[in-house]
Amino acid sequence: MRVALFLTCVNDTLYPETGRAVVKLLTRLGVEVDFPMAQTCCGQAHYNTGYRHEAEPLARHFSDVFGEYEAIVTPSGSCGAMVRELYPRMGERARAEGRGDTLAATLAPVVPKTYELTEFLVDVLGVTDVGAYYPHTVTYHPTCHGLRGLGLGERPRRLLQAVEGLELVELPGADECCGFGGTFALKNADVSAAMGTDKVRNAESTGAEVLCAADNSCLMHIGGTMTRLETGMRPVHIAEILASTEEEPAS
Amino acid sequence: MSGTFVGMPAFPKAAHEAVGNQTLRANLRHATHTIRAKRANAVAEVSDWAELREAGKRIKDHTLRHLDRYLVQLEESVTAAGGIVHWAADADEANRIVADLVKETGESEVVKVKSMATQEIGLNEALEAEGIRAYETDLAELIVQLGKDRPSHILVPAIHRNRGEIRDIFTREMSEWGRPAPEGLTDTPAELADAARLHLREKFLRAKVGVSGANFMVAETGTLVVVESEGNGRMCLTLPETLISVVGIEKIVPTWRDLEVFLQTLPRSSTAERMNPYTSTWTGTTDGDGPGTFHLVLLDNGRTDTLADEVGRQALRCIRCSACLNVCPVYERAGGHAYGSVYPGPIGAILSPQLRGTASEIDASLPYASSLCGACYEVCPVAIDIPEVLVHLRERVVQGGPVTREGNKVVLKPAKGHGAERAAMRAARWAFDRPGALRAGQRLASRTRRLHPRTLPGPGKAWSATRDLPAVPAEPFRDWWQRTNGGTTDEGTAK
Ligand code: SF4
Repeated sequence: MRVALFLTCVNDTLYPETGRAVVKLLTRLGVEVDFPMAQTCCGQAHYNTGYRHEAEPLARHFSDVFGEYEAIVTPSGSCGAMVRELYPRMGERARAEGRGDTLAATLAPVVPKTYELTEFLVDVLGVTDVGAYYPHTVTYHPTCHGLRGLGLGERPRRLLQAVEGLELVELPGADECCGFGGTFALKNADVSAAMGTDKVRNAESTGAEVLCAADNSCLMHIGGTMTRLETGMRPVHIAEILASTEEEPAS
Repeated sequence: MSGTFVGMPAFPKAAHEAVGNQTLRANLRHATHTIRAKRANAVAEVSDWAELREAGKRIKDHTLRHLDRYLVQLEESVTAAGGIVHWAADADEANRIVADLVKETGESEVVKVKSMATQEIGLNEALEAEGIRAYETDLAELIVQLGKDRPSHILVPAIHRNRGEIRDIFTREMSEWGRPAPEGLTDTPAELADAARLHLREKFLRAKVGVSGANFMVAETGTLVVVESEGNGRMCLTLPETLISVVGIEKIVPTWRDLEVFLQTLPRSSTAERMNPYTSTWTGTTDGDGPGTFHLVLLDNGRTDTLADEVGRQALRCIRCSACLNVCPVYERAGGHAYGSVYPGPIGAILSPQLRGTASEIDASLPYASSLCGACYEVCPVAIDIPEVLVHLRERVVQGGPVTREGNKVVLKPAKGHGAERAAMRAARWAFDRPGALRAGQRLASRTRRLHPRTLPGPGKAWSATRDLPAVPAEPFRDWWQRTNGGTTDEGTAK
């Protein structure tokens, strides 16, 4: 099977190790990965901040780049939700504004083919044990768009539970938002920081070494709070844990 | 603290103080987390919750689509049952109607059932200006009124107060309004409730005029419905000689059968009860039983304008259960007052900027008072997609566009103060539209990575005041991909 990796602009620029982990993991599972070099950004930040018209050309660009692939895999719950949930809505809005079906038709092909990484592993490849080794205590934070937008449910936990050496501990208040929310973190910095602090305190209370999530944006917020609060915990993307093996362990 | 919300600062500023208030945060955290857990259990007991939610949504959407028809039907049935219907386009008109009706009775005081609509229009203050005193009889409303405070929650307006604070308010203020608090009042819930009961009983027995809202209005029979927990509302509805009900036009359901759905979803969503303790229904007047005169004031106040908006109109489905407040992490930290409206929390963030427009600072900031986590949508018993409406209203704030105000189509200009953001969004879009430009930017960032500050200037300052920024990596992914041919050749790291 050949898939396109949609890494997202945040991962590409700030978290390339997540991308390398996805490539390593999928290759190990016999999937051929392509990284279309023309990819940029799905337009989520624009859309969610109220700049729908600025997001539209980015969505079109996304469809141009990824439309031909059999499947599109992304290690980001929120960008995955952007394509799956919000692209159809953008099409509907354009229609409601009397701009016809063009946008909807352009975006339609990529919508059903876009998968968040854990979804792709469990639903498409049908694996929960990816042969990973990661000898650490881990607590899992389900990010909002993965949890409620895409409905990832137990998939990430099942994948983590199958990892050799990994001890999974429950995070109190796991379903509560970490407070990142894209530009929310800038516009409502006080509330965002208070939410982040509570999330980190809850994570700390588990005694885990690692907080794992399926979205680097949330991990950036949580991780930035962790170092500031000097917790000694580390934020790690789930792809890096799943890519980790005894021969090449991730830290 | 003043009783009104006029001139509130923008949400971030209002929230700033609340976030730093430890007592408030502890009160809110405790209250919302308790009710949150109870609600989840109460909902889990119902096997067909998803169907009920869908049914509630459908009934409301259908009614809203044919609102004109149902309103006429309601007016006919209320009139046939002996009631008198008044139409109020806005808050001023509604207040004037009520004040005149009270004056006609020759009375100078009224008892009130808890009502969001009358708070929305500032009825108590308007009556006060006309020399009429309104007594709130709902326990939490009483606490707010005595404390010269503002409500901060839809269902529990005094949620921001703890028992000790309530005891102090009762002891200090009750004598100003009527029967004083008993000597040596403690902060046990039973004693506090007893003090309120004695204080209020005098009001109920004396009052000639009652003012209420309603949770529902049944079009086919002209029946109004109030659901409540304390029974004080029922006293207000039955004891006075004149009853004046002020109700938003969106509260209609077509038939009694439709009520069945909401009488299941409302109590479980709001108080986590299987059934609410008191359900009162009143249809016009009946000789020798209850008020002899009944007035219904139908309130628009921005509702038809809201109805004209395809995306935003779903906010009118709201049955004011407050479940969205109780699960909202932003509400939990910012408190209800920061929303500058009687409708706080997620529903307030989408309702106020629609009912009042987005011209004021506070209304323009409300659509951003959310991290879009979606918890509100998940619990809403009528499936209002609050995040969708928030994003839609953000668009209205930053990009402007067509809206309906006072029945007229107008085109809003983009709000002021978003110029820098708009420019940044455009620049980012420009770069993202051109992979080459994105790549050049990434490379520049990588090359200068050692020079990057870990704190940000400008709008980013607030972020980096409490969080560390990640370091820029030596090599963006796309360069690694190209250099190593997708990881198949040289795995060495970039310098
Ligand atoms: S928006 Fe939904 S959850 Fe919130 S108060 Fe209204 S009905 Fe309840």
